Amino acid sequence: MKVDAIPAIQSRQTRRAYGAISIWLRRAWKQRQLYLLFLPAAIFLIVFAYIPYTGLVMAFQDFSPRRGIFGSPWVGLEHFQYLFGRAGFFQILLNTVLISLYKLVFGMPIPIIFALLLNEIRWIAFRRVSQTLASFPHFLSWVVYGGLMVIFLAPGGAFANTLSALNLQDPRLLSTPATFRSVLVVTEILKEFGWSAIIYLAAITAIDPTLYEAAMVDGANRWQQMRHITLPAIRGVIVILFILHLGRILDAGFEQVFVMYNPSVYSVAEIIDTYVYRIGLVSGRFSLGTAVGVFKGVIGVILILSSNQVLKHLRMPTIW
Amino acid sequence: MRLFQRSTHPALRGHNSFADAIIYLILVLLTIASVVPIVHVLSVSFSNGNEAAQMGLMLWPKGFTIDSYLFVFKGPALLHAYGVTIFITVVGTTLNLLLTITAAYVLSRSDLPGRGVLTLFVVITMIFSAGIIPGYMLIRNLGLLDSVWAMILPGAVSAFNLILMRNFFEELPVAIIESARIDGASEFRILTQIVIPLSGPAIATIGLFYAVAHWNEFFRGIFYITDSTKWPLQVLLRSVVVMADLNELGMSNRDLYGQLTVNQLTIRAATVMAAVVPIAALYPFLQRYFVKGIVLGAEKG
Repeated sequence: MKVDAIPAIQSRQTRRAYGAISIWLRRAWKQRQLYLLFLPAAIFLIVFAYIPYTGLVMAFQDFSPRRGIFGSPWVGLEHFQYLFGRAGFFQILLNTVLISLYKLVFGMPIPIIFALLLNEIRWIAFRRVSQTLASFPHFLSWVVYGGLMVIFLAPGGAFANTLSALNLQDPRLLSTPATFRSVLVVTEILKEFGWSAIIYLAAITAIDPTLYEAAMVDGANRWQQMRHITLPAIRGVIVILFILHLGRILDAGFEQVFVMYNPSVYSVAEIIDTYVYRIGLVSGRFSLGTAVGVFKGVIGVILILSSNQVLKHLRMPTIW
Repeated sequence: MRLFQRSTHPALRGHNSFADAIIYLILVLLTIASVVPIVHVLSVSFSNGNEAAQMGLMLWPKGFTIDSYLFVFKGPALLHAYGVTIFITVVGTTLNLLLTITAAYVLSRSDLPGRGVLTLFVVITMIFSAGIIPGYMLIRNLGLLDSVWAMILPGAVSAFNLILMRNFFEELPVAIIESARIDGASEFRILTQIVIPLSGPAIATIGLFYAVAHWNEFFRGIFYITDSTKWPLQVLLRSVVVMADLNELGMSNRDLYGQLTVNQLTIRAATVMAAVVPIAALYPFLQRYFVKGIVLGAEKG
């Protein structure tokens, strides 16, 4: 009796499971046109995003293009051991994190201040012009904006001429290791602060004007209103952007560094991405370059997922 | 989206002319600092070379001349690079929009079985990229090295823009789409005759996102294109403006002999300005739509 009952229950469960699957399939079949519409984008993502994932095995091989992924010998973690055994790699890691953190620490307050001060201005035409001009450089590539800076700062350029007219020496900002990172941080801020301010201005626009009226009735001055109404209203946006930036800490600005640096500042300016390019594509050490890429990718995923978790924990909008 | 439409409160608030003066001063200085490099190089590009080489910061041309521009466009290289960049911008953006709109519409349909899995399929590509070397190997294996398509196909779908577009589509009234389905319209018809016409601003915004990225395309050119006759504009610019290699303009430093008004400095300035002008011309549109995009992206997260 008992022995007989078990297959009966099982088959009922199986039937129910099959039933659920066939219902799902029937629902999916009804929507087949939608899957068809999704197909072209899916093919592109598979070819250009998913197939390259298979190339990551190069990091564990002694890869040569002639022998290909299937013919190259496996070397396990040799490339990673090589990297972690070299002081140069830690310098590159340090450069990446430092440049990124400097940009975060010095770059975040400027657009916030810009937005807060713009909001204090009554002359609307001035605000529009100022904001329009300041956000323009965002649309230029780093080749262009960095190129402008190189023309301006290079030896014999306008910056050097101005200093020599004042009887000062040209500090050669672009080729001195002590100053190069500051050039990166300052030019990044100049290029991006106007654009970054927009998101804060949008948040400020959403503030209920009656809050200010009430504060004024209570005798709050302008500074107090900014401090206790405007700033708290954009605090959420500030936290989100800060955490998102932390999640991307290994992206120190590939294009900017690549365009502006030169061999005399490699020691302070070589970052992970430029290193991968130089060692992997220029020197043709594909496996080593891929190993660095794998290292960056894995840390990057951990950071992005954690920052997303933090945002979720704070009940803030997440990336996806 | 005008950011300053609802700007009632400052007028109501306390007014202090000293504080105002400080605020104006800071704002003016910040704004000038961000655009002054552009103004300087623009002035250099229209200046007499010998005079410009002696100058400090310039806000106005010295010894006005357009000779640098005539020189820059004399050789074929710059126009050619323009052609490559315009091609990848037009063809690339068209392909981007076709793929992004169709996929985003599918992901916006809450009644689609397996929607979560498909969304994850897209989002994974945003979180983890295989990186430079595997990407290079793929292009190499596909035989696309030194082909303009190497700058178009790999970025044909941007997961970020796709999710943004999906967010736009999710805002559309479901009832219209529902009633069209009940009337027996195919999904393709619903997309082309209802969804797309209702989403003009969103499509323009994301189209401009893609177009600016193509116009500024640099790395794929550096990675995949070694034949300098197929370089996009930005790669040529790097050679001429940053590396000061005038050979890439299709002329040598020898061509500068006997030039009275033009020198290496003004030529580099004119070359870089040739890439700024198209962006500046489109800027009013860019700013309007990008602000809309960033605000929507921020609200939806």
